Amino acid sequence: MRVVFKTHYNQDIKLAKHSGYVFWYTGLIIAMIAAPFALNSGATDAGWLVDELSLIMIYAVAGLGLMVLTGYTGMVSLGHAAFLAIGAYTNGFLMEQGVSFLVSFFVAGALSGIIGLLLAIPTMRMTGIYLSIATIAFAVIVESIIIHWSSVTGGNRGMPINAPDLFGYELWDPVEFYFLCLVVLILIVLLVANLMRSSTGRALVALRDSEVSAQSMGINIPYYKAVAFGLSAMITGFAGALYAHKITFLSVESFNFIESVRLLLMVVVGGLGSIHGAIFGAIFIGLLPVFLSLVRDYLPAGIANAPGLEPGLFGIILMLFILFEPMGIYGRWLKIKLYFSIFPLYRKATFKRQKTYLKTERLH
Amino acid sequence: MAFFAVDNLAIHFGGIKAVDGVSFQVNEGEVFTIIGPNGAGKSTIFNMISRIYDPSEGAIVFEGRELTEVPAHKVAGMGIARTFQNIELFERATVLQNLLVGRHAHRKTSLLAELLFLPSVRQQELRHREAAEKVIDFLDLQPYRNQMITNLPYGVRKNVELARALCIEPKILLLDEPASGLTVEETRDMGFWIDDIRRDFGITVIMVEHNMGLVNQVSDRVLAINNGRFLAEGTAAEVQAHPDVQKAYLGA
Repeated sequence: MRVVFKTHYNQDIKLAKHSGYVFWYTGLIIAMIAAPFALNSGATDAGWLVDELSLIMIYAVAGLGLMVLTGYTGMVSLGHAAFLAIGAYTNGFLMEQGVSFLVSFFVAGALSGIIGLLLAIPTMRMTGIYLSIATIAFAVIVESIIIHWSSVTGGNRGMPINAPDLFGYELWDPVEFYFLCLVVLILIVLLVANLMRSSTGRALVALRDSEVSAQSMGINIPYYKAVAFGLSAMITGFAGALYAHKITFLSVESFNFIESVRLLLMVVVGGLGSIHGAIFGAIFIGLLPVFLSLVRDYLPAGIANAPGLEPGLFGIILMLFILFEPMGIYGRWLKIKLYFSIFPLYRKATFKRQKTYLKTERLH
Repeated sequence: MAFFAVDNLAIHFGGIKAVDGVSFQVNEGEVFTIIGPNGAGKSTIFNMISRIYDPSEGAIVFEGRELTEVPAHKVAGMGIARTFQNIELFERATVLQNLLVGRHAHRKTSLLAELLFLPSVRQQELRHREAAEKVIDFLDLQPYRNQMITNLPYGVRKNVELARALCIEPKILLLDEPASGLTVEETRDMGFWIDDIRRDFGITVIMVEHNMGLVNQVSDRVLAINNGRFLAEGTAAEVQAHPDVQKAYLGA
C-alpha cells in the first residue's frame, strides 16, 4: 500500500498526484503510440483493430462530453446523438466547401456548443425525467432538420466525407487517423480534468447534489447549467467531427435515438462521475460488437443469428450493472485496486453506501 | 442605521400567512436567536433572508442594501452564509470539496482560464485550500478531510455544514437548528464553536434553535415568534419568562 507524504497543497492539485501516476500514464501513452505499429506489423492480420481503437477513442471523447452533463452535473440527456450529428454534419459541410479540417473541426465543436447553450435556455427549469424527455425531443427535431435540409446535409441521400487534412496533407491512412484521434482525446481529457479541479467543476457537482445549497454558496444555477450544457455539447461536437471521418459517409440513421441511448449506456456502464468512467465505457461499447462477432461462431445458430442480439445484450448488461455495480466499471476497478493495495485486509463493507439522511423537504 | 434589519416581513402561501409582519434588528457581532414552536415561521424567515423565497411584504436591509432586490446567488458574496436544518451537503463529494465549494463566492478566474488551468487558477486554488484548511483546523475536521459525505455520521455532517458556511468568510452566519440531532456533548461543542465564531472571527450569528440549553449558553438576544407573529424579545431569561411565550409553548 502506497502512503503519500504530503508537504504541499499543490500535491492535491496536480494531475499526477504521485510517481505511480507518472509511471502508469507514461506507460499507457507509450503503449497507445506503439499499438498501431504493433498491430500493423504484418505478422498478424490485426490491422482492423487500429480502426476499432480509433472508434473507441472517438466514443471516449463523446462520452467525456456526456459525462460533463450527466455524470458531473446530474442532468440526464437522452439526445446527445444530436450533438454528435451537429458536429459531424458541420464538419462535413464545411469541408465540402473547401474549408480545411483544422478550421472546420473547431467550428463544428463551437457550433455544437452554441446550440447546447441555446438548448439550456428552455430546459433550464427541468430536472430528471422531464429533462430527458426534452432532450429526446431536441434530438428528434435535429433528426428531421437533417432529413429536410438536404441542400446542406444531403437529406436522405447522405453525405460522403473526405479524409481530414492537416496543413494540406490528407490523412488517408487509418494509422494517421488513429493518431489524430489520440491527440484529440488527450486534449479533451486534460480539458475535463482541469475543469473538474477548479471552481466551475465543483460548482457543477454542487448543482448535482443540492441545488438549494449550491445557490446559497453563491452559485448562479442558470449560468452553470448553461455552462454544463454548452461544454458538453461542444465536446460531443468535437467527437462528432471525428466520427464523420471514421464512418466516411453520414446518414441520418447513424444519429438516431439508439445512438443516444448507446452514449448514455456508455457513461453509466463506465461509471458516472469520473473521467475513467467515460474511457472504460467507450472501451466496453467499442469492444462488445468485436467480442460478439468473435463468439458468434461458437454459439448455436438460433442465438447467433437472432436479430437484435447486440441491443439485447446491451440491455441485459446495463441491467446487471445497475443492479450489482451502480458505480460502473470504474467503481469495480477501484474495488479491485483497493483489494490488492490493502491485501489481506479488504472488507466488503468498505464501499457500502450508507443511509442518506433526510433532505430539507420544505424547500421543494 | 442598523447592521442588519428585518422590517415588517411577511410571506403568504395562498391563504396561509407563514410569516406575518415580523421586525427585528441585529447588531454587529452579536448572537441573535429566534425561537418558537414548530411551524412558527423561523426557517421561513431564514429562507427569505437567503432569497430562496420572495417575501410578500416588508424589507430586509443589510449594511444599507435592500436584500430583497439581490438575486439568491449574490447573497453569499455579500457576506451572508447559512446552514440548513436537515443538512444540505454535496453528498457525492469529499469534505474538502464541499468546503472548497464554500469558497465559490471568492472565485476570480474565468471559465476559459480554468479549462486551461492557467497559473492564476492554480494560485487561486492554493489560496482556497489554505482558507479551507484554517476552517478544518478550527472545527477539528482533519480526520475527515478526504472522506465522502455519504460515509460520515450525522454529527460530523453538521460540523461540515458549519465549516462550509465559514469558508464563505461571511459577516453574518445563519444557523438553522445547529443542535438538532446532536448528542449532549456535541451540542456543548457547538455552543463553544458559536462563541468562538463570534469572538475570534467577529461574525454575527443569527440562529434558529429549539435547544434552550444552547440558546442560554450563546445568545445575546432572543426573539420569540409564533404563527408568524412577534411574541417577545429580550435576553434569553426574559423571553423564557414572558407569559405569551410560555402560553405558546405550553398552551393556555
